[in-house]
Amino acid sequence: MLADKDRIFTNLYGFQDWGLKAAQQRGDWDDTKSLIARGHDSIIEEVKASGLRGRGGAGFPTGLKWSFMPKESKDGRPSFLVINADESEPGSCKDREIIRHDPHKLIEGALVAGYAMRARAAYIYIRGEYIREAEVLQAAIDEAYNAGLIGKNASKSGYDFDVFLHRGAGAYICGEETAMIESLEGKKGQPRLKPPFPAGAGLYGCPTTVNNVESIAVVPTILRRGASWFASFGRENNKGTKLFQISGHVNTPCVVEEALSIPFSELIEKHCGGITGGKDNLLAVIPGGSSVPLVPAEQIWDAPMDFDGLKDLGSGLGTAGVIVMDKSTDIVRAISRLSYFYKHESCGQCTPCREGTGWMWRMMERLRTGDAAIEEIDMLQQVTKQVEGHTICALGDAAAWPIQGLIRHFRPELERRIEEHNAKFAEAAE
Amino acid sequence: MADRNPAPDTPELRERWGAFEFTESYRAKADTAIARYPEGRQRSAVMPLLDLAQRQVGEETDTQGWLPLPVIEYVADYLDMPVIRVLEVASFYFMYNLVPVGKYHVQVCGTTPCMLRGSDGLFETCKKRGMKKGHVSEDGLWTLTEVECMGNCATAPMVQINDDNYEDLTPERLDEILDELAADKQPKTGTQIEGKKTSEPEGGPTTLKEMVTQNHDYRGDW
Repeated sequence: MLADKDRIFTNLYGFQDWGLKAAQQRGDWDDTKSLIARGHDSIIEEVKASGLRGRGGAGFPTGLKWSFMPKESKDGRPSFLVINADESEPGSCKDREIIRHDPHKLIEGALVAGYAMRARAAYIYIRGEYIREAEVLQAAIDEAYNAGLIGKNASKSGYDFDVFLHRGAGAYICGEETAMIESLEGKKGQPRLKPPFPAGAGLYGCPTTVNNVESIAVVPTILRRGASWFASFGRENNKGTKLFQISGHVNTPCVVEEALSIPFSELIEKHCGGITGGKDNLLAVIPGGSSVPLVPAEQIWDAPMDFDGLKDLGSGLGTAGVIVMDKSTDIVRAISRLSYFYKHESCGQCTPCREGTGWMWRMMERLRTGDAAIEEIDMLQQVTKQVEGHTICALGDAAAWPIQGLIRHFRPELERRIEEHNAKFAEAAE
Repeated sequence: MADRNPAPDTPELRERWGAFEFTESYRAKADTAIARYPEGRQRSAVMPLLDLAQRQVGEETDTQGWLPLPVIEYVADYLDMPVIRVLEVASFYFMYNLVPVGKYHVQVCGTTPCMLRGSDGLFETCKKRGMKKGHVSEDGLWTLTEVECMGNCATAPMVQINDDNYEDLTPERLDEILDELAADKQPKTGTQIEGKKTSEPEGGPTTLKEMVTQNHDYRGDW
């Protein structure tokens, strides 16, 4: 188990005050000036060396992403850092804890990361439903301004940097980076075609990098303790510590920071009091938020919880929002409810997603009751393949994968329901 | 996609809301919001302004608030934007109410993590009290909405009522909370499990135990 001294988010549960003074006692904003004095490229190199991969779901190397930003502005356009706090993926609830209990880690990270990529300001896009969390974060930003930590000559570094908070209003799609930029510009959150990529033309047409809250909030600690410290946790290519969020059928659901690559069994037994009804009662796990395919009990138990370990199981780490389902679960309904979610959240821009998500949900509802023909399982599989990869953003993929996972691992259950339903009707007809 | 349409544009609606404008305090908040964006980019503030407008309507009607068409037009005018651009934002984002709602907007999360922890029972509790999805109750107190994942999965099931979250709920506890609200009392927000702080495991944290009683600085152990 990760030692407490190696945890980055020490006030994760909010037992102590989130305010500036208490945060400084815990080590935040400690000589931030000297971190900035290392220089733009040296910070980026350190983050690259730490092996930090984006914590928002896709797992793209954070330092590499920053290095795509222009080193100088040839036409006078400023650069922007946009921080993605639109945490809406079912199963994910980690950014909320950072924002309401350790907001200064995020604000300090914004300054350091923003400086490294030569950004003029950071916009933190927080989901609209995080109302109290946004109040805390705004108060923390005000504290930081008043203390001279951000703003003109931020932390006496000679660098001017602003941090602004922008509240969303209830659209999952705004977690997609280009939809987030559209939304920040005051439009419907409909994703943009890439290219141009945000690092070339993002917010207001200016170079922009979009990073997840956790990716930004860990940066000051990585710089203070060194890349090799962060890289000492987890397997090769899966380095560092990570906030895991365990929900569903465990005895004590929680959010907890652990080393990447921790085995699933250890995560559950150490922090979550085990599976409800015991290990043998486990049915399946969605290991990375609703967008990744489920993994059956026998495959997940000893699996390392990291990007590559879960990819090998045909799933993914995503946001590390672990949804646990025991044998009392109606697995078809559980996945069908996710299909409804994607139908509800499709932005309506691309036809395969707008029409496909509704179609897939209605089909899933028929499979739930068994009111279908066996061949329709294959038809559903084909339709998911026609949605996947044929839309501007990944929402279409995200809607397809849970269904594909269900068909891959629970086809006999789907067939059983159909046969049972049809037998009942045959009986009634006689 | 969620199908959402604005309330019909009637003479009564114009009569009631045609003269809407921000009060002094809301105007100050609106101008602070606009100042967060670069000059000439004031339309970026359309989302905060719609939120403020909805809140002011809420105060005037003693509800959570909603966005009648004349109010949407007022926001468009305030930001020098075409009305249709504001209307499409208002109808795209789920938190803007396009029709009147009750004093308390009971938003029960029904997505899978909450479903696994018993959100069905929470809907039952609401229905037993006469609430119906998408309708304002006869006494004007309640509007029930099924919402998608609210990001409280480790403390599921949960309900958001106006600005506050109630987490780790049971049907009985939700019933008590609704009773308290009906009696104009402020129930305890956050987790409803006794002795639990936020999202740590029930029964006490398995990590960072020093932090429970004091603001421990772990740097000494580095």
